[in-house]
Formats: sequence, structure tokens, C-alpha cells
Amino acid sequence: MNEETIYSKLQTIISAYLPEDVSHDNINLHSDLTRELNINSSHLVDIVLDVEDIFDIALNNEDMEQLRTIQDVIDIIQKKI
Amino acid sequence: MECWSKMNAEKHNIRVVVTGLGVVSPNGVGLPAFSKAIKAGTSGIRFMEELKALNFSCQIGGMPQISEDLKRQYFTELQLKNFTSSSILYGVIAGMDAWKDAGLETESGELDFDSGTIFGSGNLGVDKFRESIHLIDAGKVRRLGSTAVQQTMSSGASAYLGGMLGLGNIVTSNSSACTTGTEAIVLALDRIRSGKAQRILAGSTSDGGPYVWGGFDALRILPYAYNDQPEKASQPLSAQASGFVPACGAGALVLESLEIALARNATIYAEVVGGHINSGGQRNGGSMTAPNSMAVQNCIKGALNDAQITGKDIDTINGHLTATSKDGEEVLNWSKALGREGSNFPYVNSLKGMTGHCLSASGSIEAVATVLQLKEGFVFPNINCDTIHPDILKVIDANCIPRMRKDVQLNYAIKASFGFGDVNACVIFKQFK
Repeated sequence: MNEETIYSKLQTIISAYLPEDVSHDNINLHSDLTRELNINSSHLVDIVLDVEDIFDIALNNEDMEQLRTIQDVIDIIQKKI
Repeated sequence: MECWSKMNAEKHNIRVVVTGLGVVSPNGVGLPAFSKAIKAGTSGIRFMEELKALNFSCQIGGMPQISEDLKRQYFTELQLKNFTSSSILYGVIAGMDAWKDAGLETESGELDFDSGTIFGSGNLGVDKFRESIHLIDAGKVRRLGSTAVQQTMSSGASAYLGGMLGLGNIVTSNSSACTTGTEAIVLALDRIRSGKAQRILAGSTSDGGPYVWGGFDALRILPYAYNDQPEKASQPLSAQASGFVPACGAGALVLESLEIALARNATIYAEVVGGHINSGGQRNGGSMTAPNSMAVQNCIKGALNDAQITGKDIDTINGHLTATSKDGEEVLNWSKALGREGSNFPYVNSLKGMTGHCLSASGSIEAVATVLQLKEGFVFPNINCDTIHPDILKVIDANCIPRMRKDVQLNYAIKASFGFGDVNACVIFKQFK
């Protein structure tokens, strides 16, 4: 799966968790999930589960600790699939 | 013995009124549908295929009918993701409806330290809990997602409502089995009278379905002979009463001080003039599952004392009356506590003929019905009571048990609930003029 396809699927997943005051347009490769997109830490838990379901992979605790930006998520997905 | 009589029946300086109602009942979701149903005597009891498949003796129940569209009027898509807690669903719909009905803001975003909620539950989020248990037992605890706690904690309903409404006063969930709903109203009354809050969203909610009702089926206190005629199964006060029909839902009342209700020109449904909560201590015939009659009478008298009225003043009783063999004992307790019998007894009715027994939600749903009766001047009919139980007729006259709706002006209505653990609560409403 190329980076573009992964990015597009990720955008759909993450959009569902954006707070009302953060626009879908704010999402880019370098967006920091919690600091810039204001996604709260409990929703991050749900995003990881959605990523596991959509890409059919499993993320362990160490993987999760490395997730800061959208690019980090893409890198991990590419490593696992 | 009657400890409340030692309490100084001091005049309560702060008067408390009901300004908003919300209800999610098996026979009507939303106040207009519920009001229409109780006036017409419409049953909400249905056959449930799921109970049959699971080998329940009683395969019928009362479950509010809620569409996906209706859910989306109260919850965001994100809130509904993996959301399976029906008691929170019912509680939020009833609570938000009551708040709107009271003419209060639901979307201001402001925090209000003077408003709170006491929204009880018996058990909560049972379906979500079951889902979690399956995942945990499969070694997949990390797959629970972020909302397994908030959907199953006992205070779930009050926590959701507190956040949605920006409540900054007490946000809690009381729990006293089938007494829960009435207890919440009395606790709210006390809190506002004490001056610690100006407005409380009081209510209660109950889950339903096999995992809540199974224990009652096992106790063999549910009717099993009416699976092919569900609407006839719940028969409070009747000679044929054969057990309570399990049900669920939620009811909510906005209680506030008369002063602030008048200041904001709110519609006032009724005044809450008194209430009492007690327990029979599982003594004198009381047990985990049966009430101590002496304590029931003490609770009713305590409420009268608190309201500074006597049994003579009561126009109508909304009983607990679940349609078991205990109905006769309850009527006798009302008779003794109010000091009235025969044709001198007030009207008495039970909503459970139409809704079944909504367990921890019963008190609040039935209180909504009681307040509607006062506001609109009627006594809703006792359905499925063609033959009144002979023991009851030894105590009161048949005319006190309307089988058709009575359109009549009422001044005082009294409502009581009793629950497992031998716990009681009683509240008195008065028409507001």
C-alpha cells in the first residue's frame, strides 16, 4: 500500500475524532495529533484501534508511544503491513 | 418508633417546584406520546424473541422504542461510536428533554454552579459490560476502547448529563433498587431546601433486556402465562395478578426553588411539598426482597409530616403496586398510614399495568405521570384490573380504583416506591396555583 493511500484512509479515521473547532483542512502529514489537532488522549486510544482494524495490524505499547504526527502513524503502518 | 416525629417539623423557607419533565417509557418516548398513552391506558409490553431464544419463562417485557434518528438528536456521531449503554441513552433523552421542557438552555456552554443532577440507576451499561467481559476473557483487554469505563460506571447517566448541560453543582447517581427514582426526587428536594443548590435535574434510569431481567426470571416472580398476550400480563391490584412484567426506561424532573422559577417566569407543573426516605432494616417481616410494613407506613407518615399535611388531604395515590401478591399488603399500608379506608380512601393507581416494572426507573417515570395528573386534572386508568383482588376490597372501595380515566381536579398527589434491600421513599406533590 503506498503512502498516499494510507494517508487518505488515515484522514478519514482521524476526521471523526477532531474537536468541533478544528477543521478537517488542518490535517497534514506533519500535524501533531494532540498538540495541533487537539485530539484528546482517550480518543487516541480509539484511533489506534481503528487503524488496527482498517489496516489489519496490531500496535504494541512501544509503537503507541512513538505516535506524535500523522507521518509517524504512516511509518508504523508501512512497517507492519 | 417514628423518628421523624421527633424532628422539628419546621417550616421550610425554600419552596421547591417542578418546572420540567422528560420521559422514556415503554409506552411512550417523550412527554406528548407518554401523556397520550397514560390517558388512553396504552400498554407498552411486547413479546421479545430474544427472551424466548434464551429459554426465559417470561418472554415479554417493556422496552422504550428508540429510533437511530432520535438518538442522533441527542448524541454526536463520535459519542455514538461503540455506544451500547441503553440506560445512559434513556437517561440522556429524558434528562435533556426535561431541561428543555423547563425552558432552560442546553447549548449555552456556560458552567452553572447552582444547578446539578441526582440521576440514579440500579445497574448501568450492562450490554457494554458484557461486551467488555467477552473481550477481556479473550485476552483482548486493549481492544476495549476509550469509553468502556464511562459507559458502565454507576454514575454514567449523571456524568453524561452533567457534561452536556454544564452542571456545576452536585452530579451524582443514587442507587436503591426500585426505590431509586423516587429517592432521587426526595434527595433533590432536600438539597434545594438546604440552600446548597437552586436547581436539580432529578431522575433515574434502568437498563433492560435478558442480562438485567434474568435474575428476576430465576426468582420466579415474573408472569409466564402471558407470552402470547403481552399487553394483558401486567395486572396490578387484580385478583389474577401473577407477577411483575420486567421493563426499563428513564424519567426526569427539573426541580428548582420557587424563587428562581418565578424570577425566570417558568411554567410550574406542581410544587414538591414533602418527602421521606427510610428502610425497614430487613426486620419485622422485611427482608432483602420483601418490605417491612411498619417501615412503609412510617415512610408515608414521614412524608405527610414533612409536607405538614394529614392523610385526609391526599386526593390520589400513585402506588408502587407491581402486580405481585404484595399489592394487597401495600394497599393496607396506605390505608393505615393515611388513616383512611373504604369509600373514604383516595384514588389509587399503578402505572405498571401499562409499562411493566421499570425497576430503578420506575419511581421517576411514575412521578412524571403523577405530576401530569395534577397539572392536567386526571387520574390515569388502572388497566388489566377487571377483577380487583378480594383482599384489597376488604380494605378499600372498588370506586377508589379507577379502571377508566377520571377527569378530576386534584390538589395533593402522593407517590411511593419500595425496593430490594427493604428501602422506601415517598414524595408528595401539590397542584401549584
